[in-house]
Amino acid sequence: MSETILEIRGVSKHFGGIYANQDISLDIPKGAIIGLIGPNGSGKSTLFGSITGYHPIDEGSIKYEGQELKRLRTAEIARLGLIRTFQQTHVYDEMDCVRNMLISRPMRGGDIRTLLHEPSAEDRDRAEDLLEFVGLASKRHLLAGSLSFGQQKLLEFAMALMNEPDLLLLDEPTAGINPTLINGLIDRLRQANERFGVTLFVIEHNMRVMMNLAQEIHVLAGGKLIASGKPKDIQNDPRVIEAYLGGS
Amino acid sequence: MAKTSPMQWIAALAFLAVAIAAPFFMPNNMSQLVDLMVFILIALSWDMLGGQMGYNSFGNILFFGIGMYLVASTQVWMGGYELAEYNSAKGGNLESFTVTAPIFVQSLIIGLLAAAILNFVIGLIVGSQLLQTRGHYFAVGTLGLGVAAGEFAGTMDFLGGGSGMNFIQPPDGVNLTQLLYFLGLGVVAIFFVFLTWLHRTRFGFVMNAIRDNEDKAEAMGLPTGRVKTFAWAIAAAFAAIAGGLYGAGKNFIDPTEVAFSLPTVGVWMLLMPLMGGKGTLWGPILGAVMFQLFKEFFWTYLFGWQRVALGLLIVIIVVFFPNGLMGGLKAISSRLSGKSGKGEAA
Repeated sequence: MSETILEIRGVSKHFGGIYANQDISLDIPKGAIIGLIGPNGSGKSTLFGSITGYHPIDEGSIKYEGQELKRLRTAEIARLGLIRTFQQTHVYDEMDCVRNMLISRPMRGGDIRTLLHEPSAEDRDRAEDLLEFVGLASKRHLLAGSLSFGQQKLLEFAMALMNEPDLLLLDEPTAGINPTLINGLIDRLRQANERFGVTLFVIEHNMRVMMNLAQEIHVLAGGKLIASGKPKDIQNDPRVIEAYLGGS
Repeated sequence: MAKTSPMQWIAALAFLAVAIAAPFFMPNNMSQLVDLMVFILIALSWDMLGGQMGYNSFGNILFFGIGMYLVASTQVWMGGYELAEYNSAKGGNLESFTVTAPIFVQSLIIGLLAAAILNFVIGLIVGSQLLQTRGHYFAVGTLGLGVAAGEFAGTMDFLGGGSGMNFIQPPDGVNLTQLLYFLGLGVVAIFFVFLTWLHRTRFGFVMNAIRDNEDKAEAMGLPTGRVKTFAWAIAAAFAAIAGGLYGAGKNFIDPTEVAFSLPTVGVWMLLMPLMGGKGTLWGPILGAVMFQLFKEFFWTYLFGWQRVALGLLIVIIVVFFPNGLMGGLKAISSRLSGKSGKGEAA
């Protein structure tokens, strides 16, 4: 059995009287590509927010490489090598793509003295390589804010890789991407997993992408984990079908 | 920020050459030139937070005022006088409190250094708390700083209380305005070179990342809190030096009208980067020069209406030129190089 990189146990998060996540337990094996699906409002992004310190959890435990995360702040969690992207793109609008990449170099210790240097030639090469990898090499000197939504998604993905994460949480990576480019993106996600050894935990509404990409899928509905399994099994699971189509 | 281009260095050296020559060509405008150096310093220091990081502070006047009091007090102490005794003599025989020329110059320089160091520490302490807030909350929070400091200083009898404090009179042989001007110019040059370097480091990159998307910066593991706090502390140190120079130039400190004057210097320090273009290295400098020219023009030709004219100028700038002169030039240059156009759909 493969080693677990992220262990979620009995996690609940509520906003007022509404439970966004309720008693969720799941494991993310190291080196895997794991999917998280569910209808809108099922608590997927909230779970990502809880893992990365945006929404401190009310109950349960989240361990990354054996370390409890629930008392750590967002930046501290990121410095452990756990990076997330957002459903709505988050890039540095007023800076060009190269600079967006250079800022994204990992900062594991958090010591600001390490910031008192200009980016190295090695950093610049890596930034250029990754922009090439996601297909944005020709846009390298454009302001990030001037890119289309889909291009910003790709830039955000490249920025995340620049940070050399061990675990990358991707919130709807194909949303807004031109359908003709989605296959290319799936390949890149796989390559990120195989070439850079990044474990991927992916929220995605595009079922074709999920079925092609994920080795295992977890399904949330109404804030609860209702199913987990191989893509083929999930596709035919009556609980999942009911959650998506609704039942009486 | 990209590598500093030869053109930028030529512009900086040309500015320096003009600044060095200015006192010899404009000997009758020395106090205006001292004010200009002070304005450049406060504009650059305000821009570290307001322009480079998007944190609009009304509180930098706190450091400006503390710096002013500290320089004045250091000169009194180093002259061998008790502060309370000196301030209680106001209105009477202040001229009996004399110092030699070397002591006057040394105490001025040491006072400026002490003001910078102390305000760096105050900046760290205040910043570590206030910079946990964002946006309007931060702006309103800092608004209270200057107001509270002015009222507080007015209650300190040993600092002259509400009626203020005089600086020690310069002894014969000291050309005060020339001394202040060249000290100011030296500090401006140091600050400019420092900022040029800082904006090329990852520290400078993180400052801009905070401005563009602080949530993202945190999600990428950047130490946003520490960068904000240190940046404000550095800005505080230079604002304090500016305060010390300004007070020495005016030769008098009023707690609410000069030292912690929010409606004048407190607003001017953010108006200048807005005029020149905030978030750029040259914007605050150009803004300070433009502001000083406008201010002198209004005070000379529209006396009695000068504050009305200045108020209208603020409204016009905020409404019609929100990105200032440098912002306009940058937009034109970006348009020419195609950087501002929307990218093609992916």
